[in-house]
Amino acid sequence: MNILSLFRIALKAIGANKMRSFLTMLGIIIGVSSVIIMLALGTGSKATIMQEIADVDPGTFMIIPGPDYEEVGGNWLPEYNQAITQADYQSILEKNKYLKAVCPMVYSSGQYINGKNNHSCTLQGVNNEFLVINGLSITEGDMFTENEIKGSAKVCILGKTVVDKLFSKDADPIGTVIRINNIPVRVVGVLKSKGRTAFGQDQDDIVLMPYTTVMKRMTSQNYFDMIYAAATSKAMTSLAVDDVTEILRTNHKLKDTDIQDFRINSLEEATSMVDKVMNILTLLLSCIAGISLLVGGIGIMNIMYVSVTERTREIGLRMSVGARTVDIMSQFLIEAIMISVTGGLIGVLIGGGIAYLARFIMMNYTDYHILISVEPWSVLLAFMVCTVTGIFFGWYPAKKAANLDPIEALRYE
Amino acid sequence: MAQKPVIELEGIRRDFVVGEETVHALRGVSFTIREGEFVTIMGTSGSGKSTLLNILGCLDTPTSGEYRLDGTPVRSMSKNQRAVLRNRKIGFVFQSYNLLAKTTAVENVELPLMYNSAIGARERRERAVTALQRVGLGDRLNHKSNQMSGGQMQRVAIARALVNDPAVILADEATGNLDTRTSFEILVLFQKLHAEGRTIIFVTHNPEIAQYSTRTITLSDGKLRDDRVNDHILDAAEKLASLPVEED
Repeated sequence: MNILSLFRIALKAIGANKMRSFLTMLGIIIGVSSVIIMLALGTGSKATIMQEIADVDPGTFMIIPGPDYEEVGGNWLPEYNQAITQADYQSILEKNKYLKAVCPMVYSSGQYINGKNNHSCTLQGVNNEFLVINGLSITEGDMFTENEIKGSAKVCILGKTVVDKLFSKDADPIGTVIRINNIPVRVVGVLKSKGRTAFGQDQDDIVLMPYTTVMKRMTSQNYFDMIYAAATSKAMTSLAVDDVTEILRTNHKLKDTDIQDFRINSLEEATSMVDKVMNILTLLLSCIAGISLLVGGIGIMNIMYVSVTERTREIGLRMSVGARTVDIMSQFLIEAIMISVTGGLIGVLIGGGIAYLARFIMMNYTDYHILISVEPWSVLLAFMVCTVTGIFFGWYPAKKAANLDPIEALRYE
Repeated sequence: MAQKPVIELEGIRRDFVVGEETVHALRGVSFTIREGEFVTIMGTSGSGKSTLLNILGCLDTPTSGEYRLDGTPVRSMSKNQRAVLRNRKIGFVFQSYNLLAKTTAVENVELPLMYNSAIGARERRERAVTALQRVGLGDRLNHKSNQMSGGQMQRVAIARALVNDPAVILADEATGNLDTRTSFEILVLFQKLHAEGRTIIFVTHNPEIAQYSTRTITLSDGKLRDDRVNDHILDAAEKLASLPVEED
């Protein structure tokens, strides 16, 4: 019997029991649509996170004071927090071979007052390479100069949210002197707005000052909270990390056996970590969704057994007019595959529909802008899984049908 | 002139093991049926006629003895080989018609040819239509099985048995579910097919039917009790004409 006739028979059998076939498909529909949604959400979140960090220079790494927590356990010494100093910064600047930008950083809380308006957010002490490393730019005014950094000048750069909070609509913030933690500071520039992250965090709620000013006038500290560094290219990152490590170890006079009192986290590492975590999460969610696919498959098996029993006489007749084992087997297998693949198709449509609806709602009505997207490979996967489900769960009922004794089957009441 | 043998049985035995007992359903049956014969196989229930029918129809194989269908030895054949043999050489007509539900007459008749990949869709359709015309249902090609009377359904079943141009038509109590008048209509059809040269084996427990065939084989306790050629064959059409017409 040719494949076209087999499909026609399967269609007829499915059509003869529309409600039953639909309910059987429902298991597959729910399974496939949840897998599709989970995969869309997983890959979407990953793509979103990747896009967020895409603005940052890909060769970026962070030099952070203090050893790995795991290495020292509970023995965290207070001096660890002060391990990265001005001297380290100078050495890196002088000796590095693979860096294109270095930016020391200090953090402080900030209270900002302009007339009657006040606002608070983190104050970041940086140098002027901060913009390059983080993919930021100035829309109004200018970045502070080398001289202003050297002279611990009382100047600042504001993010758009801070400007909106402190100034009336028409006011020009450039040149205005505001009070930061009661110190008068002149606004020299405004950052180009970056909006919120996909996860709702405001990237414009930011104030930058020369790190020298923050260290001298605000926090009175002589160490850095962190140093940002960018390798000349992404490929050079690991060389640059080794280079900087060596410079700092020499500076700190560390022997091989000593605990290293600083650590370096590269963006690449962070990215691959995010990648790994998101992949595991996606896999986990999909597996949970996949369980419903399994349950759907068992539903198909169940209904195929019923179908075989109901059609015992038909099977007997087909055998008596010359159907071979393989003919009967393929007839029922194709019916099972058709149920599962049709269910899969509907599931893909429903799952894809829900995914894009969720994306539309998120984009337009919430602060969460996750780029949910249904990847072609996930659709392909769903179809393959459905076909395999159909074959797997249709196999035993089909085998049962094909192994019937035609004499018994013809006599079956 | 002696016609070529279509069915040759030599010492056919068939044993069934039921629990610890062995039941001898057939205890050495031998006969030959030649092309163009219309044979009735008679016997009471338990006589072994169903077992014999299953063996003749290649649905079952004998425990011992040899069966040749149209010259082909059947006993050593595999399940699938027998399926192909049935498809090419045998036409079945059952007591309860066994048509596919919700399926048109012509599709039902096409069924055996569906399992013969040598025959294309076009030829299949043509042969099915021709077969239906020969059983007098040329005007009901696209009627579904649930829209037909018992007599019509049995005609469709007969058309299905004819469509593969079989060596032999095996009818199992083919009139058993029909009223008297319709039974005779079907018998008229069988006599017509016989007249056209078909080999027909009609298994029944009804002695009246035997009068319309050319030869009667009687089984009893798994053995051949009687095998006789009918000298006086009745005409089913005459009998049908003499039956009172039912008023609707």
